[in-house]
Amino acid sequence: MTPLHLSHFTASSCLGHGLEATLAALRQHHSGLAACHFETVRNLDAHIGEVAKVDDASLPASLAEYDCRNNRLAFLGLQQDGFSVAVEAAVARHGRRRVGVFLGTSTAGILQAEQAYRRRDPASGALPDDFIYRTTHNSYSLADFVRHVFRLEGPAVVISTACSSSAKVFAAAARMLAAGLIDAALVGGVDSLCLTTLYGFNSLELLSPEPCRPFDAERNGLSIGEAAAFILLERAADSLNANDVLLLGTGESSDAHHMSSPHPDGLGARMAMAAALQAAGLQATDIDYINLHGTATPSNDAAEGRAVAALFGDRVPCSSTKGATGHTLGAAGGLEAVISALALRHGFLPGGVNTRQVDPGIPIQYLTANRESAPRRVLSNSFGFGGTNCSLVLGRAG
Amino acid sequence: MNLTAYLDGVGLLGPGLDNWIAAQPILAGAADYAPRPIVVPPPMALPPAERRRVGLGVKIALAVAQEAVAAAQLDARQLATVFSSSSADGDTCDAICRTLASEDRHLSPTRFHNSVHNAPAGYWGIASGAMTPATVLCAYDGSFAAGLLEALAQVNVDATGVLLVTYEAPYPEPLHTKRPHPSAFGLALALLPRQGPHSLARLRVELVEAPVDQLKNPDLEALRRQIPSARGLPLLQALASGRAERVILEYLEPLSLAVTIEPCR
Repeated sequence: MTPLHLSHFTASSCLGHGLEATLAALRQHHSGLAACHFETVRNLDAHIGEVAKVDDASLPASLAEYDCRNNRLAFLGLQQDGFSVAVEAAVARHGRRRVGVFLGTSTAGILQAEQAYRRRDPASGALPDDFIYRTTHNSYSLADFVRHVFRLEGPAVVISTACSSSAKVFAAAARMLAAGLIDAALVGGVDSLCLTTLYGFNSLELLSPEPCRPFDAERNGLSIGEAAAFILLERAADSLNANDVLLLGTGESSDAHHMSSPHPDGLGARMAMAAALQAAGLQATDIDYINLHGTATPSNDAAEGRAVAALFGDRVPCSSTKGATGHTLGAAGGLEAVISALALRHGFLPGGVNTRQVDPGIPIQYLTANRESAPRRVLSNSFGFGGTNCSLVLGRAG
Repeated sequence: MNLTAYLDGVGLLGPGLDNWIAAQPILAGAADYAPRPIVVPPPMALPPAERRRVGLGVKIALAVAQEAVAAAQLDARQLATVFSSSSADGDTCDAICRTLASEDRHLSPTRFHNSVHNAPAGYWGIASGAMTPATVLCAYDGSFAAGLLEALAQVNVDATGVLLVTYEAPYPEPLHTKRPHPSAFGLALALLPRQGPHSLARLRVELVEAPVDQLKNPDLEALRRQIPSARGLPLLQALASGRAERVILEYLEPLSLAVTIEPCR
């Protein structure tokens, strides 16, 4: 594919609001996970990655009908690192019809419905009048909200493939750019804490009682997080700075195996990584770092490890940053693309946090400490529930 | 880039619309439309354990997907997929919200994995063996047009055949009042980059600013207005008429999606 320029990007997670806080936490090898006291949840033995001060991020009065935790987190994220200013500048360059919105989420504002069900009318069972389905609960509410924040008039969509959602938005946006339908794409993902995912992953016995330990020999499940990550994608100008980051390739596949377990050998994962390399016109030896999906469940990490080992051997340093951020589900692909871009821009490889003893049964080069390095090309993996896989290749311009 | 594709197969299931062959004379105005409750077949392509677990949304998505692929005489394992739905599986969402609002919040693991928007894509992979990319999206009332636009982008940019599956499985009360879909509905299209022996029509899509087409039959028009996947019915009506036509489908304000349909035979 033709490389695309990540002309601006930002991320907010439990590591902090914006790039500076995110970078500082990664540099300090810090985890943002804490024991779960979210909302009315008192009985889950789990850790979560909660973004600070989401409830304080009030929306503009004109967008009040969009008010819910997910859109507050989106709005908080858009305010960081001058991202909103960059979008407005892109609109000025290209026009409102020519900037598309492609965002990933798994649960959007479902928390709003979960809370509304507690307030059903005792006689009729009706939901309260103040519950607005379209602008909070519906999956599209996220893209609709962001489209309205910037008064955009171009194509927009939410992609919801569980944990690969906001990786796949890069591929969808790249297609629309290649087809000439748009000149810029606002891509990324926002997923916020809610009861459905906390109790849902608990029902699958996939929540770790401690901060998650990806690729650890004694890993015992994931920690759910929340995040907002936004990236502005544009066609690359003729002259870029060496520090600029490009999207070089995307690769997608399906496991066709099971709804909630990966293919044991990671066959779908391997196909997605190979497709991303092919789209970028690169070989496995061209990759300097892999940001793993690495959820810290026993079967996911084993399958991904087999797939990575089959393609890359143990030559490429790899880590999962979910020990630091938690698994931010539909925002994970976007968040980890931003972390990968930080690694490229600032010349370091983020070591995995919380992992004490790397699983000796997984023959990959897993980093447990940060490494000063100068990666030129990195691969980021996102593999979703239902077997929907996506890998991205990002690289430095120079 | 001109966004074009050849339509080789159609799958359709809605109230009084049992399949594409049966629906053609109704949509063409040659037979009366008699609305009646939808009957969704069990997904026999799934292994028995999975077949028992799936909800209405997966059943209807798989039914129209299989009809479109069979009509086109294609190998499902060669087709990328685009699944588009506004509400996905209403029963599953309601059941989870009820449980979470109760004293005992323990969810069924099957309920939870069926709640993801990409559940039909996951089950389609299991049923068909297709390891090709699956894109799953939502654009509220513009979900049909958004799905068609994404499918045409894949056909043209990735030069691949694409199976587009759009569906809704309605919410029960109390969510039904907030988002009333009167029935389950499914519409699938098998789209290819090149004309083949089974091609029905060539489609070309473009973003325009124009009022959307309505259906003359008031009952069918009611379906179109209330079910996002039924927003594609004007396209099927044109196809059923056998004439070259251009239809305007609802997308996202201020844009509509224009589809030019040129029959291949």
